[in-house]
Amino acid sequence: MRPAQRVPEDWPLLVIALALTTFGIAMVYSAGQTDVSTIVAKVWRTQVMWALLGIGVAYTISRTSVRLLEWGSVWMYLGACVMLLALLFIGKGAGTAASTKSWIAIGGVRLGQPSELAKIAVVLMLARVLSAQRTAPTSLAGLWPPVLITGVPWLLIMAQPDLGTGIVFIGVLFAMLFWSGVPWPLLLMAASPGISLILAFGPGVWGGWFFLLLLLLWWKRPAWIETTAIIAANVAMGVIAPILWDKLDPYQQNRLLVFLDPSADPRASGYHLIQSQVAIGSGGFLGKGFTLGSQKRLAFLPEQHTDFIFPVVGEELGFLGVTLALGLYTVLMLRTVRVAARASTPFASLVAFGLTAAWFTHIVVNIGMTVGLMPITGIPLPFFSYGGSFMLACWMAVGILVLVSAEGRGKADGLVI
Amino acid sequence: MSFHPNAVQQRARVASALVFATILVLLGAFFRAQVLRNAEYTLASEENRLREIPLPAPRGIIYDRTGRIIAENLPGYSISLLARNEDSVRATMARIGGLAQVTPGQVGAAVRRFRRDPTRPTVLFGDAPFELVSSLEERRVDFPGLIIQSSPKRHYPDGPAVSALVGYTGEVSDQELASDAFADYKPGQQVGKDGIERQYEGRLRGREGLRFVEVDARGRVVREDPREDVPADAPAPLYTNIDLDLQRFAAGIFGDSLIGAVVAIEPRSGEVLALHSAPTFDPNRFIGGIPFDYWTALQADPRRPLYNKAIKGTYPPGSVWKLQTAIIAMEAGLVDIDDHMATPCAGGYQYGNRYFRCWDKKGHGDVTLAGAIEHSCDVYFYQLGLKIGLSRLIAGGIRLGSRDRTGIDLPAENRPLFPTDPPKAYYDKLFGPRGWSNAVTLNLSIGQGENSQTVVNMARFYTALATDGSAARPEIVRGESQRTPLFRLTDAQLRGIQGALEGVVGRGTAAGSRLQGITVAGKTGTAQNAQDRSADHAWFVGYAPAEDPKIVVAVMLEFGLHGSRAARIATRIMEHHLKAKVTSMPEVDG
Repeated sequence: MRPAQRVPEDWPLLVIALALTTFGIAMVYSAGQTDVSTIVAKVWRTQVMWALLGIGVAYTISRTSVRLLEWGSVWMYLGACVMLLALLFIGKGAGTAASTKSWIAIGGVRLGQPSELAKIAVVLMLARVLSAQRTAPTSLAGLWPPVLITGVPWLLIMAQPDLGTGIVFIGVLFAMLFWSGVPWPLLLMAASPGISLILAFGPGVWGGWFFLLLLLLWWKRPAWIETTAIIAANVAMGVIAPILWDKLDPYQQNRLLVFLDPSADPRASGYHLIQSQVAIGSGGFLGKGFTLGSQKRLAFLPEQHTDFIFPVVGEELGFLGVTLALGLYTVLMLRTVRVAARASTPFASLVAFGLTAAWFTHIVVNIGMTVGLMPITGIPLPFFSYGGSFMLACWMAVGILVLVSAEGRGKADGLVI
Repeated sequence: MSFHPNAVQQRARVASALVFATILVLLGAFFRAQVLRNAEYTLASEENRLREIPLPAPRGIIYDRTGRIIAENLPGYSISLLARNEDSVRATMARIGGLAQVTPGQVGAAVRRFRRDPTRPTVLFGDAPFELVSSLEERRVDFPGLIIQSSPKRHYPDGPAVSALVGYTGEVSDQELASDAFADYKPGQQVGKDGIERQYEGRLRGREGLRFVEVDARGRVVREDPREDVPADAPAPLYTNIDLDLQRFAAGIFGDSLIGAVVAIEPRSGEVLALHSAPTFDPNRFIGGIPFDYWTALQADPRRPLYNKAIKGTYPPGSVWKLQTAIIAMEAGLVDIDDHMATPCAGGYQYGNRYFRCWDKKGHGDVTLAGAIEHSCDVYFYQLGLKIGLSRLIAGGIRLGSRDRTGIDLPAENRPLFPTDPPKAYYDKLFGPRGWSNAVTLNLSIGQGENSQTVVNMARFYTALATDGSAARPEIVRGESQRTPLFRLTDAQLRGIQGALEGVVGRGTAAGSRLQGITVAGKTGTAQNAQDRSADHAWFVGYAPAEDPKIVVAVMLEFGLHGSRAARIATRIMEHHLKAKVTSMPEVDG
């Protein structure tokens, strides 16, 4: 049933998505322009095909209805989980992550990475479950349904293993909990063990954090069992984990890191990071010119068409090009946050915000990694990184957002709220 | 689930602010890298891609006195690798091993060169055979970082005929690189190892050039950098005093059958016209690494081809040293050229309880000093030696240079062996206080005993006899000649000695070597040696023409049996030089 008050398509959103896709394909083309020609020289054509396919799928989705998505979310979610489970047995590796099992292949031809589609499925399922709740959870125990929904595919993905996608799932979960109205102290408590683990590398910083956490607990006074669990988890992550970590030999540490993220071989990742920063830094304000980046041309930049495509932007188009790309991303996300804020139903709103959060996580982790603000994890950059399933997933998200926007309240006139 | 529009608006504002803030942080990081630290990263990116490739320099050309080439450079090829680590050196060598034979020694040498200077392209093959170069050129893509470039290769057109003189070049060794003298040398470079090549390394070494190339991450040379090459510099050529024609002639006489050495010097200037040691070796085979079997064969040869017998070998001089005895006696006023000794020669001389033989069992009868020189009468010189006395004899010998190096401009000249003064301390140390008697004087006076001279040193002494009593320092490369007065005789005395030397060839022990139209003066020597009692070393040292000496020739034949054989070689060399000289004059370089 199509609502009669349907508003025109969200053209600003489409224009930004198309601009990013064009920009991205141009960079994939440039990434292939190396002095010693490799297979990468031709991948931009494949990327164009996938983008066209993605736009077609987005159009189709935008012609359906949010209710259809809501109805289909359970089946998509179950299907995604089954596929991820099957991958553990039939999955294939590729590229830098040759030892992982993230690809589905038939007869040796790699068809795609189901985990990209699983991200959308998880967003839809989370939106369905969270929107069905009358009130937002007020205790940790009340968070179990969304945690379970995210946790099952997350564990299956970490078993591939694919740390990058795992991080996206966590980002999506917290963002959607926030959007559904879960109070921030509760989110902070839920996230506290992870924060402890990150801060554990500086004992003083962790001590300060732990003190703030105790203040928070004293103020909010959750159930005593939850309080105990939170304190225990933070101590375990912040104090015991580093001690255990230090007891490991470096090669064991490496093995663990490589297990968590196969593309982050510590020896190679240091080199990757340096070359990435040299590429970005040597680009200067105006860049070395489109296709002319020497770091990329001479293959000093690794994975220049996938995970490290943004340094190509930095090297060839300079700070100006970086500002343009980041500007487009900002407008895109502000626009989709607005779509979420104006959605007609809680489900549609949560879907829109979840998809925005997925993009946000991808963008921040990927770009932050190339410039040295984040650890190196294999995670692609939306609309830029070469990869068929990912491009398809990005445009499916665009289609869903256009659909949500079309069914939303008011006219889609302003760019931001 | 609270989806009141106000609550949603509130959250949307928080989310938008978070997006904004995060993007600003990212932008800040990019601003810092791209704008604030741009210079630093630009430098890093240049360092990544630009490499300096040294261009091997040719060595200086070595000419003889008339402008003929003794040492030159031929086009050759060297193969180097822009290596990232030892493993890539080994891996590349292993892959080259699939195309050509690569010895473990070559792999080890390449790895050592890499260790010594990892930033420089590592030389894998300093002198690569052309077949290897062409097959590698075909497979260039399979060998990232490989640099094949032309590299001048040393060549000696006369090879074996000039080896004692010119020496050879080789790769600078680990020991050399570790020393201060080779501080500015790099692994894989060529350096003079012996002879002129080593002596004049500083003047012969060229200055390396530089070429700038752009490389990719695997070390593959992608393109030449637009910066202009710094060309390699060849040093000025080195002009020597050698007469290549005479050198070839002398080497030709020795051939491969004779063992010994010859030194030919212009007596006034000390210019070395020829210097040869036999048997010889081919220095061309030493370039770019000596083949193992050739090296072992040279090492195993009992005739010691690698040992320079002209400047390193020391041999008992025998009768050629009798001139020193004569001069010491004359300077002391003990004898004149016409004086006789108390006991005529009857084939031997009784001293104490020992009978000292003359080389001629028939005896020479009652001879003058001139006659004794002409016929090399030992009995005369025994008595002359006793007259001088041991102490004066040794002091005189030392004064005449019997313990001195000549100072020839070749590396590793050996010092001759001769007793020190005072003799008592010397002999006490050598034989024990009661182990010797004054009889050593008799041996010394005929050039035997504790006396071993280099061929070049005997040649130097005879430059004094040929001229005015001062000896010229032998000079291979043109330079300031340096003369040292050795003895002071009256003109009549010197004429007397010179006349006697002419008599040696005219009617004495070297009479068989007379030359038509050229008066030769000189002295034979037949010296007993410790290695082989039955085969004496044969000496001849002399000069010609006697009336205006142009050349001093010293010839020593190991186990040559009799000095007259050496005399025949020496006079043929003199004849070649003096007759050839007239025709070669117009060719003089300059």
